[in-house]
Amino acid sequence: MPDISLIEANGTVHGFEAPDGVSVMQAATGYGVPGILGECGGSAICATCHVIVDDAWIDRLPAPLANELELLECTASERLPGSRLSCQIQLNPALQGLVLRLPERQV
Amino acid sequence: MNKIVIVGGGHAAAQLCGALAEAGLGPRVHLVCAEAFLPYQRPPLSKAFLKSPTEALQLQRAESWYAQAGITVHLADPVLAIDRAARRLRLQSGQLLDYEQLVLATGARARRLVQLPATLANVAVLRGAADAAALRDQLGQVQSLVVLGAGFIGLEVAATARALGLAVRVIESAPRLLARSVSAELAEHIEATHRAAGIAFSFGAKVGEAEHDGKILQSLQVDGQRLPVELLLLGIGAEPETALAETAGLALDQGIVIDAAMRSSDPAILAVGDVARFPIAEAWAPPGTRLRLESVQNANDQARTAAATLQGLPASYAALPWFWSEQASMRLQMAGLMPDPSLPGVTRHRRPGANAASFSVLHYVDQRLVCVESVNAPMDHMMSRKLLEAGRHPAPESACDPAVALKSLL
Repeated sequence: MPDISLIEANGTVHGFEAPDGVSVMQAATGYGVPGILGECGGSAICATCHVIVDDAWIDRLPAPLANELELLECTASERLPGSRLSCQIQLNPALQGLVLRLPERQV
Repeated sequence: MNKIVIVGGGHAAAQLCGALAEAGLGPRVHLVCAEAFLPYQRPPLSKAFLKSPTEALQLQRAESWYAQAGITVHLADPVLAIDRAARRLRLQSGQLLDYEQLVLATGARARRLVQLPATLANVAVLRGAADAAALRDQLGQVQSLVVLGAGFIGLEVAATARALGLAVRVIESAPRLLARSVSAELAEHIEATHRAAGIAFSFGAKVGEAEHDGKILQSLQVDGQRLPVELLLLGIGAEPETALAETAGLALDQGIVIDAAMRSSDPAILAVGDVARFPIAEAWAPPGTRLRLESVQNANDQARTAAATLQGLPASYAALPWFWSEQASMRLQMAGLMPDPSLPGVTRHRRPGANAASFSVLHYVDQRLVCVESVNAPMDHMMSRKLLEAGRHPAPESACDPAVALKSLL
């Protein structure tokens, strides 16, 4: 049950305890964080759950697979070094304290 | 307080709750669901959910979110009647619910076959969570599955069941799979992939009598042959859930007739999602085309349009239709509406992908790009959507040149 923080593009911080075993997208949409959509339900299809992983965490997450990398080329907001699709980040206790920023737009 | 009542528990209802909450209108909203669950993700029901007995329903938003947004939720309480004159709903629980504005997001129900009574325990359909839970239990108890209908639901379940080790046969009355939904070229690839995985197909099939005792289906006559059945999935399409709207006297035409602002023939009542027949924007189909779409995209985008209308903002639904399906190793993605290939001026062109299992089919009407189907080419799909939305019509020669990135044609 890691505590994670999502920071909206306008600076609003959403900190909450997320369940293990679900994705960041599921946890964040369930919690109702604005600015994250996840329209395809987590199938890595729609690229509307774009997050930017805080520099300190980039290398601590499993690397994206080929499909996610392709979709990261198509996000509505510019891809940055820490860009990920949050439906592909599975939560576990090792991610205690994870910090993610949200892009300006998802669509 | 002026109430907005949303009837339904699918993607459209969930998206509308989200959009209204974002606009600060949550405390005016009542969500009335016939199902016992808060709105959940439906795409996994034919895939991950069926595959693993421990896979849970994914709620679109947690229970606490509705409370924080001030939305009142009524679960497992179907609406029995709409009194339009009094602007009042009667729920199964007996509760009367007044509304200022009503949104029908009642979705569609699985079509059934007349010769198969609903009491047959080994005849399944798949629309909601209860269907999926029952089907998952049944898949664990049989060695074989017969799927009637080679549509998206039928093929997704067929692929899942095959991955679980079942013997699977798909029976289809049309001469090929997904006959109304994808091009012949894509259908051929999908069929070959499923056949290579061991799924058997019967096309152009005539389904005759069913042998059953009222509780269990023993067999179906297919093309005059007796086909024994352990478990049958009906994947023969869906019908809009219009019973409530019909009793209330709303204009219907194989769905609830709405305008581009999502209003029905009663301006106090809107309809969105699978149940709604709407005028599609001229950018995506010939002028005057009205249709009903069963897709997550359509549910979400119509809900956004409805949210604007409910706030008194001018709104006109103009979103590009797009769709996806996951079957075994194939991610199928469609952008735009496929034109009738028999019409003059309609051509299609193949854009190769990274490997033999990856390509796109681009559909043109004269020189206009109108639709792109992709398999295992997510970037080409996303860029196709951007091209279509931007009204770009690159020549097929460049758009199908694998050395040219679609992005560069924007």
